Amino acid sequence: MALSESEVRHVAQLARIALSDEQVATLQVELNSILGHIDTIQQLDLGDVPPTAHAIPVVNETRPDVPKPGLSRELALLNAPESEAGAFLIPQMTGGGDQS
Amino acid sequence: MTDSLDLSSLDASQIRSAIAAGDFSAREAAEAAFERIAALDGAVHAFNQVTPELAFAAAEKIDALLAGGATARDLPPLAGVPVAFKDNMNLVGTNTTCSSRILENYQSVYDCTAVARMLDAGALPLGKLNMDEFAFGSSTENSAFGPTHNPWDTDRVPGGSSGGSAAAVSAGMATITLGSDTGGSIRQPGALCGVVAMKPTYGRVSRYGCVAFASSLDQIGPFSKTVEECAISLNAICGKDPMDATSITRPAEDFTQGLDAGVKGMRIAIVRDMLEQDGIAPEVKAATHAMAEKYAALGAEVGEVDLPSAEYGLSAYYIIGPAEASSNLARFDGIRYGYRVKDAEDVIDLYTRSRAEGFGPEAIRRIMLGTYALSAGYYDAYYGQAQKARTVIIRDFERAFADYDVLLTPTSPTTAFKIGEKCEDPLSMYLSDYYTIPVNLAGNCAVSLPVGLGADTGLPVGLQLIGTHFAESTILRAARALEAEIGFDTTPPTVRALAV
Repeated sequence: MALSESEVRHVAQLARIALSDEQVATLQVELNSILGHIDTIQQLDLGDVPPTAHAIPVVNETRPDVPKPGLSRELALLNAPESEAGAFLIPQMTGGGDQS
Repeated sequence: MTDSLDLSSLDASQIRSAIAAGDFSAREAAEAAFERIAALDGAVHAFNQVTPELAFAAAEKIDALLAGGATARDLPPLAGVPVAFKDNMNLVGTNTTCSSRILENYQSVYDCTAVARMLDAGALPLGKLNMDEFAFGSSTENSAFGPTHNPWDTDRVPGGSSGGSAAAVSAGMATITLGSDTGGSIRQPGALCGVVAMKPTYGRVSRYGCVAFASSLDQIGPFSKTVEECAISLNAICGKDPMDATSITRPAEDFTQGLDAGVKGMRIAIVRDMLEQDGIAPEVKAATHAMAEKYAALGAEVGEVDLPSAEYGLSAYYIIGPAEASSNLARFDGIRYGYRVKDAEDVIDLYTRSRAEGFGPEAIRRIMLGTYALSAGYYDAYYGQAQKARTVIIRDFERAFADYDVLLTPTSPTTAFKIGEKCEDPLSMYLSDYYTIPVNLAGNCAVSLPVGLGADTGLPVGLQLIGTHFAESTILRAARALEAEIGFDTTPPTVRALAV
């Protein structure tokens, strides 16, 4: 399966990464080279083989349900690029008064 | 006293004993370690950050115990031992950068469980170690802060992604370090730097506080110069952690028990078909066969097995790893932590440009690959197929372990390569993890043991000893027997010449 330029742009959009035209061109070549190798996996006949998500069988093991303090607000905001009034500050997400 | 103190010639037990005996204090041990880092790390660049305040505070606790009348028996198992951690493990008082611009200024707000357990065992934290960005790589060249250099030849890579962890031990700057291994990121750099490096069974060690790459494959493990130190480190870090639901509840084991019991009657097999792979260096293949012969001479029952599905491991890994990574790295969006562009027009613009500017090329490649593999229409062909391939690889291992206790392969197809040699071709870099990847997919444990210098390159060759789930004691015993037989000198000649 070979990726087209528009597919590279679509995947970048899904991944929320703003790529330059140059990066798109480079990634198209590199990803297709890697996919060319990865596609050997299609040779395996795995019709009735069950998938493995985790190699070690584990069963749920619950810890005692005892409340304990989480991160303080101060620590939670310690690494925030921008914060205000004890909250994370982000750009406006919904339309304001002068927008539709 | 510290002028002449050379910790690099002492192992962890000897350092602890010497401190208990009053030969030098824990503080002097820390001072000696930082002097050595100052002398050597300019050439090696293993450290992203050094933490003298944390090390001296830890040393003070050990020295206070001794001043209070404690004896050797009372000291914790890693008392006064200088250690350091891959920079994807959180430790309060440090930045945890993952060697990425996107986390360059990220300050830890809690401790990684494995790190905390090393410190509870009395170790002295020297700092945080360089790595490929977010552990994506096999050479440590993908660090945003510049490559680490192999102490055996500073024009060469130390391997990766835990290259800083391997190089720091190789150069004698830290006695024990921790790294993380998703497809070989502990064992391959261990091999290329000529040190002992262990990936424990999936679930042995809590992953809490280690920045996630591929959650179904990641595992933390130790680097050291000796097998015994590897066992002591496992004693410290293994065990159930309520903060990691995939950590396994098992009775506590002392991994140092039976270490010297030898390999008589142990069933050890070379993985025959994997040694026939293109790309294996003749010197590596020869060394691997020579080690199998040594095991036979030491009394092991030596044979051969095939792992026919293992050749699909690389494909499965480069689907599952990036798929899980693309999901795990979605959290780096410039909102709660990490790099954020200054002039975003709206929130989507903020996400897409913060990520584009914050992530390096390999991180972007892996996120793109994983996003594609998980996207609508391709999920079954890639991710679904890879998860099924994982099952047949596990079955291959199960068949092999029905007849054998330990499987042998090289750790890496070649010895250390030149810095820059594989940068232009991501696929050739990926192939250097051919021998290590199937072990992660199956959740097995494996240790890389330095077994000599390659006949052609004169650089360290690592032998990979693979055990079934929870068979760490078995592979350590086998590794210890060979270590004693070979007597490999882990000190790089250039480091001996440069050393303080």
